[in-house]
Amino acid sequence: MSELRDSYDVAVVGAGPAGLAAATVCARAGLATVLFDEQPAPGGQIYRSVTTTPVKRDTILGADYWAGAALAQKFVASGAHYVPGATVWNLTREREIGVSVGGAARLLAAERVILATGALERPFPIPGWTLPGVMTASAGQILLKSSGLVPDGRTVVAGCGPLLWLIAWQYLNAGVRIDAILETTTAERAAAWRHAPAFATSPYFLKGLRMVLAVRRRVRVVSNVTELRAEGRDRVEAVAWRTARGSEQRLPVDNLFLHQGVVPNVNLAMAAGIEHRWDDVQLCFAPVLDNDGGTAIPGVAIAGDGAGIAGAEAAQARGMLAGLAAVRAIRPNAPELAETDAVRARLARFIPGREFLDTYYKPAAQFRRPAPDTLVCRCEEVTAGQIVDTVALGCTGPNQMKAFLRCGMGPCQGRECGLTVTELIAQARGVSPQEVGYYRLRPPVKPITLGELASLPKNQAALRSVARG
Amino acid sequence: MSGAVHEADVAVVGGGLVGAAIAWGLARSGTRVLVLDEGDVAFRASRGNFALVWVQSKGLGMPEYAAWTKLSSDLWGQFARRLADETGLDVAFRRPGGFHLCLSEREVENRAAMLSRLHNQSAMVKYGYEILDAAQVRGMLPQIGPEVAGASYCPLDGHVNSLRLLRALHAGMQQFGAGYLADHVVEKIAPRDGGFRLTTRHGEVRAAKVVLAAGNGNARLGPMVGLDIPVRPQRGQIIVTEKVAPFLDYPIVTIRQTDEGSVMIGDSVEEAGWDTSVGTGVVSAEAERAVRMFPHLARLNVVRTWAALRVMTPDGFPIYQQSVSSPGAFVATCHSGVTLAAVHALVVAPAIARGELPAEQYIAFSPRRFHVPATA
Amino acid sequence: MFRRLPDADGSSVEVTIDGRSTRVRAGDTVAAALLSAGVLASRISDVSGAPRAPYCMMGVCFECLVTVDGVGNRQGCLMPVKPGMRIDTQHGKREVGR
Repeated sequence: MSELRDSYDVAVVGAGPAGLAAATVCARAGLATVLFDEQPAPGGQIYRSVTTTPVKRDTILGADYWAGAALAQKFVASGAHYVPGATVWNLTREREIGVSVGGAARLLAAERVILATGALERPFPIPGWTLPGVMTASAGQILLKSSGLVPDGRTVVAGCGPLLWLIAWQYLNAGVRIDAILETTTAERAAAWRHAPAFATSPYFLKGLRMVLAVRRRVRVVSNVTELRAEGRDRVEAVAWRTARGSEQRLPVDNLFLHQGVVPNVNLAMAAGIEHRWDDVQLCFAPVLDNDGGTAIPGVAIAGDGAGIAGAEAAQARGMLAGLAAVRAIRPNAPELAETDAVRARLARFIPGREFLDTYYKPAAQFRRPAPDTLVCRCEEVTAGQIVDTVALGCTGPNQMKAFLRCGMGPCQGRECGLTVTELIAQARGVSPQEVGYYRLRPPVKPITLGELASLPKNQAALRSVARG
Repeated sequence: MSGAVHEADVAVVGGGLVGAAIAWGLARSGTRVLVLDEGDVAFRASRGNFALVWVQSKGLGMPEYAAWTKLSSDLWGQFARRLADETGLDVAFRRPGGFHLCLSEREVENRAAMLSRLHNQSAMVKYGYEILDAAQVRGMLPQIGPEVAGASYCPLDGHVNSLRLLRALHAGMQQFGAGYLADHVVEKIAPRDGGFRLTTRHGEVRAAKVVLAAGNGNARLGPMVGLDIPVRPQRGQIIVTEKVAPFLDYPIVTIRQTDEGSVMIGDSVEEAGWDTSVGTGVVSAEAERAVRMFPHLARLNVVRTWAALRVMTPDGFPIYQQSVSSPGAFVATCHSGVTLAAVHALVVAPAIARGELPAEQYIAFSPRRFHVPATA
Repeated sequence: MFRRLPDADGSSVEVTIDGRSTRVRAGDTVAAALLSAGVLASRISDVSGAPRAPYCMMGVCFECLVTVDGVGNRQGCLMPVKPGMRIDTQHGKREVGR
C-alpha cells in the first residue's frame, strides 16, 4: 500500500456499493481518488467479505451477493488509492479529513468528499436485548459471510423487514435449523397495499416474494407478534412473546437474532454539520440532499443508504451520481459524464417499491418506544422509564437528556439508542421527532487514542490557546 | 404568541448552574420561583464546564473574589450534603486538594510569581498553598511523566460531577415548588405595575422580581431592566476519554478523572465569538500537554470532544448587581458557576429574597468597576 | 453457539484466549474467533457488571470490547486475528496503562 498523500481530488468514505461505485468512476475519469474503509476488504455490509468469503457454494448467499464481486473487481482495477482498516473520525466544513490507520492518526484534505458510510440496524430494544446470545440479523449475516460461521443449537429470528427473510433464506440454504420466525410486522400493513402496484414493477418484487415463500415453506412463522422478550441470566435462554391474539408463548433458545430494518449511519455526516431531517415514512433522520447527493457543505456529498434506505442497487447508482458530480466539478469534459442520464434512469427503477416496503415493514411503535423497564441506552444502562420520567422534569430534548442521564455518552455515541431516545421524548412531549432533534455529535465519531490526537499538527493559534504560563 | 400567563414572586431567567442554584435557594425559603430556560440546543455553559470547585488561582486583581471563592468552597460540603439528603442524588463532591502542573522550570517560576502576587494583595484572604518541585509532585502523583517540573498545590481545591449537580438542582428546586419552563426564551422584560412582565413565545410571566442568570444571554436582557452586563462568549474545548479504573484522586486544573471513571482534559481559551465547533489543533494541543503530564494516558481512547462558551466579563470576575432604575431586577453572572454554586444557593438567593444585595458584600462585583479608569 | 460450515475451513493460527492456547481460523476477526471458540461474553458492563457479547459485528455497538496484546477496549469485530495474539475478555474497567 503506497503512502497516503496530503490531499486528493476526491475522498470517499465507505467501501460498500455506493462508495465503490463513486470511487471507481472518479478514478477512471483521472481524478486522484482515495477510498477509506474500516473493514479489511471491500464490500461494506451488504457485500461483506465478497472478495474473501470462505463460503464457497454460491447457492447459500445468493446471486445478488455475488454481484458485489464484480463491483469490487472494477474498483480494484480503477486506480483509486484503497485504504482498508482506516477509521475516519472527523470531517470538517473545509473538507479536512481526520483518519486513523494502523494506530496513527493524520489529517488530509480533499477537493470533494463523498460519504458512503451506509446503514446500521435500527435499534430493537426489548427486555433482555443486552444478553449474550442476542444479536442483530446482520451480525449473523456477517459471521456467515466473513467466517462461514452459522448458529448452532436452537435459533429464533425475530422482527420485520426484507433482510429478516434474506438472512433466514441464507441460513436455510446453509443447513441451519431455524426454530421459529417471530414476525413483528403490524396489522397496519394493510396500508402498504396501495403502494403495491409500484412495488410490483420493482426488480426487488419477484426476488423478495420467492424468498419469503421459500422460507415460509420450511420454517414456523408466528405473525403479529406484539410483545417480545429475551430471557436468561448470563446469556439468552428463552424468547417469550405475545401475539395480537393475546396469550404468552415461550421457546428455549441459544441464539436470538433481532431485526427491524436498517437506518442511515448518521454519525460522521452529523458531526460534519450536515443537516438531517426526520423522515416520517422511514422513521429515521436522513440528510438533506440534492439530486446528486450534494449537501449544503460545498464539495461534500452523501451516497448510498446513508442518504436514505434504498438498497444495494440504488446505492450503487447514487454512488455513481455523486462520483459523476465530483467529476463534473473537476473535469467537466470527462467522457464518463455521458452516462449520467442512464444512471439516473437506473436509479429511478429502484425507488418505487421503496414506499411499499417501508410501509409494509414499518416497525411497530412498541418496539421503537419500549416499555419502561427496557434498557434503551446499552452503554450507560438507561431505561425507557428513566427517559420518560426526565421529560417530566422539564427535559425537552436528547442533549439535555444526555446531560441528566448519560444516555448517549457511551462509546457507541448514540448509534444504539439515539432514535429510541428521540422517539420517546417526542411521544412524551406530544411533538414530532423533527422538533425534538437528535444528539449533537462531534468528533471523533469513532474512538482514537489520546496519543494519536496529541500527534496531530497544531498551528500557533492552537498552541497559544492552550499553554498559558 | 399564546395567551398563557404565569405568575411568580421571582422569575429566574436561565436554568443553568447559576439560575438553578439561585432558584433552589429561593424555593427552599418558600419563595414562589419560576425558572425560564431555552430549548435542548442552546449555548449552555452548564453542560460544557470542567466541573472544578477551584480556589487556588482566583482573585488576582480583586481580592474580594478570592474571599468569595473560598467562602463558596468552604460551604460546598454542606451544600452537597443537603442536595443528597433532599434529592437522593450524590453529586460526588470531593475536596482532596488540587494541582496546577507545570511542564518547565519557567512555568513553575511564572506560577510561583503569580501566586505570590495574588497572596500579597492587601485584604487578601489567607489560605495555604505550596509550590512543589518534581520530586514532591511525584510523591503525591506517582504516575506523572518526567517532563513535569513542578506544580502549585492547594488543599482547598476540589471537583464535582457538574452534570449531576445540574440535575440535582433541577430536581431539588422543583421539589420545593419551583416551576420550570423549558423552551421559553425571554424576548422582552418590561417593568410593570411594581414588578416585571417577561414576554416569551409561549406567553407571559409576571413576577415581582427578576433575576438575570442567562449567561451570555444577559448582555441582551440587561438593558431592559437598567442593568449593564458586559459579558462575551469565550470558547473552551474539552476532551473526554473512555472510562477507566480509578487512578487519579486529585483534580489537576487541566486533567481530572470523573466519578464515573472517564478522564476529562482541558483547558483552552479562544475568542471565537459564538462558534462552538471543535478544532483538531486545539484539542490536539490539549492532548499533547496531558500526555506529557501523564504518559500512560496516551493509550486511552477519546470518546468525545466538545466546545462550550464560557461567560466572560471584561476582567473575568463575576457581576452581581441590583438594578437602580428597576430595584427588583438582579443579575448574577460568572464563569465559575460550579465553584460558586454553593454561595449562589446559600448566600445570593437569600439576599435576593430579602430584596437587597448589601453593598459591603457586593460592591466589588458591580459592573460600575468597568467604567472607572484603572489606577496604575 | 456457532459452528463452522464444513467447506469453510481455512488455515488456522494459534492465539491465546484468557491465557489458554487455541487455534482459530486465519481471516476471522477476534470477535468471530471468540464465538467460534465457544466464548460468548467478551466483557462485563462497566455500569452493572452484567455480561456483554458482540451484538452488531460491524463496529457500531462497542459490546465486543476485549483486551488484545495487553491493550484494553479494542473492538474485536474490527481486528483480524494474528498468530501469537493474546486475547483477554474484560472483567472490569480498563486499567490505565493497559
